[in-house]
Amino acid sequence: MSILSAIITLSLIAGLFGLILGYASIKFHVEGDPVVDKIDAILPQTQCGQCSFPGCRPYAEAIASGEAPINQCPPGGEATMLALADLLGVEPIALSEEHADEPVKTVVTIDETTCIGCTLCIQACPVDAILGAAKQMHTIIESECTGCNLCIPPCPVDCIAIVPVKIEPDTWRWPLPEQAHTAPGA
Amino acid sequence: MSTASPIRRASLPEQLIIPLHQHIGENSEILVTKGERVLKGQPLTVAKAYVSAPIHAPSSGIVTDIAEYPAPHPSGLSTLCIVIKTDGENEWADLEPVSNYRDLSTAELRNIIRHAGIVGLGGAAFPTAVKLNPGPDHPIDTVIINAAECEPYISCDDMLMRERADEVISGIEIILHTLGAKKALIAIENNKPEAAEALQKSLGRTANENIHVVAIPTIYPTGGEKQLIKVLTNKEVPSDGLPIDIGIVVQNVGTTAAIHRAIHFGEPLISRIITVTGNGIKQPQNMDVLIGTSMAEVIQQCGGYTENAKQLIMGGPMMGFSMHTDHLPIIKGCNCLLVETTEQRQGMQTMPCIRCGECTRVCPANLLPQQLYWHASSRNFDQVQDYHLFDCIECGCCAHVCPSHIPLVQYYRFAKTEIWNQERDRKKSDHARVRHDFRQARLDREKRERDERLRKKKEMLEKKKQEESQASTAEIDPKKAAINAALERVKMKKASTTVTPKNTNNLTEEQQKKIDEVDKQRQASKTK
Amino acid sequence: MQFKTTSSPHYTPENSVNTIMRRVLLAMIPGTLATIFFFGWGVIINMLLACVVALGTEALMLGMRNRAIKPYLLDGSAILTACLLALALPQLAPWWLTCIATVSAIIFGKHLYGGLGFNPFNPAMVGYVIAIISFPKEMTQWVPPLLEGYTHLNFLQTFQVIFGGQVPAGLSWDAITMATPLDTLKTQLGLELSINDIHQHEVYGPMFGAVGGIGWEWINGLFLAGGLWLAMKRVIDWRIPAGLLGTLFFLSNSFALYDYSSFTPPTFHMFSGGIMLAAFFIATDPVTAATTPRGRWIFGAGIGFFIFVIRTWGGYPDGIAFAVLLMNMTTPLLDYYTMPRAFGHHWREFPQHTKKHDDE
Repeated sequence: MSILSAIITLSLIAGLFGLILGYASIKFHVEGDPVVDKIDAILPQTQCGQCSFPGCRPYAEAIASGEAPINQCPPGGEATMLALADLLGVEPIALSEEHADEPVKTVVTIDETTCIGCTLCIQACPVDAILGAAKQMHTIIESECTGCNLCIPPCPVDCIAIVPVKIEPDTWRWPLPEQAHTAPGA
Repeated sequence: MSTASPIRRASLPEQLIIPLHQHIGENSEILVTKGERVLKGQPLTVAKAYVSAPIHAPSSGIVTDIAEYPAPHPSGLSTLCIVIKTDGENEWADLEPVSNYRDLSTAELRNIIRHAGIVGLGGAAFPTAVKLNPGPDHPIDTVIINAAECEPYISCDDMLMRERADEVISGIEIILHTLGAKKALIAIENNKPEAAEALQKSLGRTANENIHVVAIPTIYPTGGEKQLIKVLTNKEVPSDGLPIDIGIVVQNVGTTAAIHRAIHFGEPLISRIITVTGNGIKQPQNMDVLIGTSMAEVIQQCGGYTENAKQLIMGGPMMGFSMHTDHLPIIKGCNCLLVETTEQRQGMQTMPCIRCGECTRVCPANLLPQQLYWHASSRNFDQVQDYHLFDCIECGCCAHVCPSHIPLVQYYRFAKTEIWNQERDRKKSDHARVRHDFRQARLDREKRERDERLRKKKEMLEKKKQEESQASTAEIDPKKAAINAALERVKMKKASTTVTPKNTNNLTEEQQKKIDEVDKQRQASKTK
Repeated sequence: MQFKTTSSPHYTPENSVNTIMRRVLLAMIPGTLATIFFFGWGVIINMLLACVVALGTEALMLGMRNRAIKPYLLDGSAILTACLLALALPQLAPWWLTCIATVSAIIFGKHLYGGLGFNPFNPAMVGYVIAIISFPKEMTQWVPPLLEGYTHLNFLQTFQVIFGGQVPAGLSWDAITMATPLDTLKTQLGLELSINDIHQHEVYGPMFGAVGGIGWEWINGLFLAGGLWLAMKRVIDWRIPAGLLGTLFFLSNSFALYDYSSFTPPTFHMFSGGIMLAAFFIATDPVTAATTPRGRWIFGAGIGFFIFVIRTWGGYPDGIAFAVLLMNMTTPLLDYYTMPRAFGHHWREFPQHTKKHDDE
């Protein structure tokens, strides 16, 4: 008899909590961003493919499904890697050796005297930042260029050059003061 | 220190370098060309964006260059400037003074002020016309005229009020009229009795009962806009808001005088009063200087540097920016040139923060400077914003009292510029994502359309074929022959054109040569 | 002309870590002199020993951590730690005990956390707690404060006791040491004696003096004076001592009113043991205390609360060290939840949340 009452009590309690949990899951349901969107939001959107995926979104999908590590984005540099580690709750991984420094932002320019107007770069540009038509010289819309350098390999006459983004007084950043004696273990 | 002698008009320099970007907001567009002669007061640029201000020729002369020159900015970077070689004639352009401003609508008045290139002369250089346009949702009750010198050492506003009180009062009347405000409070620090007296006298002459002179205690940083409002009205401007949200507009006294000149004489903002002071200056004084004059020249006219001059600061000792050279132009927002003899913080050991809390005690914005420092130094940019980094006005009080001599303000500036940079990056990447997605969608659509066309064509062909085969079998032979012949032709053509791609047709010899050269190089590099 | 550039402000600050430490040490002088007067040579020997050991350890640690030695050695923080510790230890504590306490204070209390400014716990109190937990017997070797019926050692005898561990010929430990009034009170209260009985007791009675015990009341009074001077000079924040003393007074007064015979009177609480030293010199250590105004009130009050609890019901006669360390732990939390209302913000924004800076 006592066993029976124990079983009944426990099942009642279980049922009750089940109901509470079920109610809570509906009531407090969070319409969370799918993780791919969140990852994609962190990636720099250069669409450069240096991660071995054909763009930022595919890389984000690969990270989300666990197929790719988080340290394959050279333009994002360490900051992006850390942000991803933070988002996904995983340990930060060191960047591959040559990308350890903060990436310098670049854009490309077309040497307009050399350009033959072949439109190959236009087809390569992932963000439509190149203006031109067949047999007309092309030009880069600098403000739209992401610095992915995808237009460089197809150019038959090597007229595209990489230039660092110019720092204006408005975009200049104050340096972090020297902390020779403050940081512990530095 | 610099109030002993009256304001002196600086002599006309041979060359004026006028940066395009002297204000907060968008750049203006250039109207003049190299080699053109310009007259004094002639607009050099036109402000196209809403938050923007034009610049004017401070004197007559020839535009000799439009190029990048070092800007008076802590970064030491260059910015686009218009250079004028003065001809010494000071020939004015045609000015259009307003005979009675009360006849004009507020929009017209604002427009005049806007085209006169007037910006806040207290240092922030925000376009005044924008500030005078609070919009219908924000009725303005009080105009506060900031006559509290923003920092110690600076006395240009003090001297302006002493010598040109009438201009100040007249400017205030125009502002009151433009905003439809009920009253104006001139907040003046209690250590400037001469200036207060001059204003009172001038007020007595105009008999305007809506303008009051209010004495406030001389405590740094009461000259800060939000702090001043708090002292006068006991209201706090919301953190993410503007003074207009609580029905207040604050204007600097220098700005009011500039408005007066713009309305009553039609003169644009081409000069300003600056304080040249500090222990490193032989004759500290206030100078009326044309915008674009070189700092070196102004200092020369103040007797030059003393032997132990070490540091040149644009602005005051608490918030000013130290400059790496004196070959920089005076800009609209430059209220003071301070030359110090001791190199600050040099040889003074920076120690770790001992959390003494002095910074918290002195912070006028009630922040926790030491927490801000802690998170800024470890690049914890979310946390610094939690601790309200963007309410920091960079007054420098915390760094001044810090026993560990930590350059706190630089940490905040570092964090702020980093966060802005991240914000820019984020916007840029969002923009790139949109463009990429759009392109992707376009390519997909094009592919779909092409497939559709192909499919339709195929269907058509097949239909035709069927019809034809049904129609007659006798005609097959000649048709087949024709098709074969066509195929033959295509083959022939293909054989002859495979080498040259379509896009290198019709090249000139020169281009062909270049391509050949490049090809050769590529071959060479490939074999390497 | 070319110039060097720095960030604003361009005034030279008047204050420095050095000045702060020097002023604190200066303010300790009257109380320290009184301590020496009442407790004899042992205080001086302890202090010198602790200072030398502290500076040596500090230099060693700085060297090991590759830091500039001179500026840190001269900042006065190690000396301050050593002095506080020496005042807290019993006068006849053996030399090795002082050394162990000092070394642990500097190494475990300070440098293992990253040195000056990074230690979460008050170094002197860390040293003291390590000593009192590890060597409870030696930590009772207090000297009777100029009382009749006890022998007072001269310099040489004191030196022998501290460094040789030898009681001078013809004397016993009981003759040269004595429990502190706080300790006595605790023991006797535990034996069901009433406060009145203890005060009237022929052996223990005389040591209780006017309010806080012979000698102790003077020492505490002078530390109070020094502390008030510091607070006036704004070297320390007045809120911490005010919170501490206020809470202690309130609690002890309430309990004494409830039952006068078995709870220590507030006057005794306030002027016995190291209470003033703790309130003005130990709890106010800026590195380990809360930094916001409200946080400092709570921080001080918490220490006062724990002191009262430990003194009344705990296992130690004076619970200052434990109380301080316990409140040190709460500092980050206090700082976060007592953040002042920033200019232009509303109280209802608390506790703080990140406002997303979306410009749209």
